[in-house]
Amino acid sequence: MIIQSLKMAWESVRSNKMRSFLTMLGIIIGVFSLVVLVSLIDGATSSITGSIATLGSSSLNINIMDDKGRPLSQEDLESLCGNGAIEWVSPSGSSAFSIRCGHKEDSVNVTGVNQYYAQIEQLESAAGRMLQVPDIDNHLDVAVVNEDIAKDLMGFSRVQDAVGGEIVIDGRPFTVIGVIRNTTDSGIASFMGVQYAAYIPHTTFIRLPSARTTKITSFTLSAKNGDLEQAQEDIGQFLLERFDNDEDAFYVMNFQSILDAMGSVNGTLSLVMGGVAAISLLVGGIGIMNIMLVSVTERTREIGIRKAIGAGRKVILLQFLIEALMISLIGCGIGIFLSWLALQVISAVAAASSATITFGLSARVVIISTAFSTGIGLLFGLYPANKAASMKPIDALRYNG
Amino acid sequence: MIVLKDVSKIYTMGDTQLRALDHANMHIRQGEFVSIIGPSGSGKSTLMNIVGCLDLADEGEYYLDGIEIRKYSEDRLAEVRSKKIGFIFQNFNLIGRMSAWDNVELPLIYQRVPAQQRKERVEEALRRVQLYERRRHRPNELSGGQQQRVAIARAIAAQPSIFLADEPTGNLDSRTGEEIMGIFHEMHAAGGTIVLITHDSGVAAQAQRQIAIRDGHVQEV
Repeated sequence: MIIQSLKMAWESVRSNKMRSFLTMLGIIIGVFSLVVLVSLIDGATSSITGSIATLGSSSLNINIMDDKGRPLSQEDLESLCGNGAIEWVSPSGSSAFSIRCGHKEDSVNVTGVNQYYAQIEQLESAAGRMLQVPDIDNHLDVAVVNEDIAKDLMGFSRVQDAVGGEIVIDGRPFTVIGVIRNTTDSGIASFMGVQYAAYIPHTTFIRLPSARTTKITSFTLSAKNGDLEQAQEDIGQFLLERFDNDEDAFYVMNFQSILDAMGSVNGTLSLVMGGVAAISLLVGGIGIMNIMLVSVTERTREIGIRKAIGAGRKVILLQFLIEALMISLIGCGIGIFLSWLALQVISAVAAASSATITFGLSARVVIISTAFSTGIGLLFGLYPANKAASMKPIDALRYNG
Repeated sequence: MIVLKDVSKIYTMGDTQLRALDHANMHIRQGEFVSIIGPSGSGKSTLMNIVGCLDLADEGEYYLDGIEIRKYSEDRLAEVRSKKIGFIFQNFNLIGRMSAWDNVELPLIYQRVPAQQRKERVEEALRRVQLYERRRHRPNELSGGQQQRVAIARAIAAQPSIFLADEPTGNLDSRTGEEIMGIFHEMHAAGGTIVLITHDSGVAAQAQRQIAIRDGHVQEV
């Protein structure tokens, strides 16, 4: 019976192609906007959170704006290590420098760090070694570079070969002692053009010819057991005491809290956009109801015939309900297909402009829009179907439309 | 098979009451070919609607195959129509969007006949009215006589207890009407119970027995 009803509904949808299509259009547009909007927000969110995570959601970054004439020293940072929830501390002052390798030259983000930095930011070694205490103490001209520098600037296809090589930073030759895996190769970082990164001893950094300051103005730290909140409290306490209880003297940036805030903003945004799209789906549903009512009136005689030859209330109800459901689900399918197409195009355009954001069709939004379309088909199909089912056969047979 | 006892149907139009059927009594046995004759407005259609379970009587009793009809719900009435009554209408009442085959198959779907059996019965019914070759045609691609034959095939395929024909030749020319009457005679010869409603005395005379209806009163001719 269900198969027959499906067949009949399909016949009816097919025999009024233009009308069926226009009715579906409401659902198509609704589903399309729902899926595309939510997927775009999802894609952007995961891309941004991804890049923030690579910037270091496991660490706190502190910038000092006003040191009250008592700047922090390397020793101060050393003594902070192991203090309260604070695990490791490293200077993290950075500048863009022009780096030369042979005859290639490019702008590189150079960060002056100590021996703990690699652990704090969880840098992964690809070859060679990380910076160690003697490098710092003797302010040696050594550098750890990322894979992009080793491959693109220095021209080594195997990163191991870059170890022992030479690069010129700010006019001074540095020996490459290690290569780390790229961490800033996705999302926002590539938007901002941060591609090349080099790490040199902090002590060397402040001695570079174009260094602007010899003071430590920014540093980064990790927390014991990842308890960043406690570490944030501890370092805040320490800096407040140091800088005369002036809250504006420094700024502690906690990426995790930024991530959390962004997550809730994006959640709200998804909800609002989804809500707007849901309204257009609702409008599509009203379109279905309208056309189904027209269809029921037009087919009054047909309903009379069907009833005369033995169709009961339930059979007629089912037939018209399936027809409404079919229109909304076909519309939903087309909508999902079109949004998949649109997302492919958007992703391709994003890829062409070297952004690495991908916008995929998330199963969640497909399920939601299918469920919503089913609900709308049933809701708005029920009234016309019931109207058809409760027609009296003699009245319907006598109808001349 | 069909027993009507003092059946009345009353229509109220404003202040006036119209007795479309007035204490009608009728008895039709299995295998009979009965015609009901009367001028228009005599209550023929009302009688047909009640006998066909499309409408319920206001007074009196109606037994179809020994079961009283008036107690039934609408869904139950649909089931009775589906199993016991094969309608043949003046204006054919085929569904225009569907092919001849699909039209004939429709009552079998409502009877929940299995697919294989359905196929056999539809084919047999279409062959009996000699329209098997035109099974893929839609009603608007067929002549009036052919459309009525499809409608008859639809009734035959359903294997009802009675065939209820309402002016089956009314929309056809006399030659085609004769052909249709020929099919009715064949159906009767094959054991079918046929109730034929008409205003044409020539058509009515072809039945075994004639019942006249005038101003809601039923009497044997």
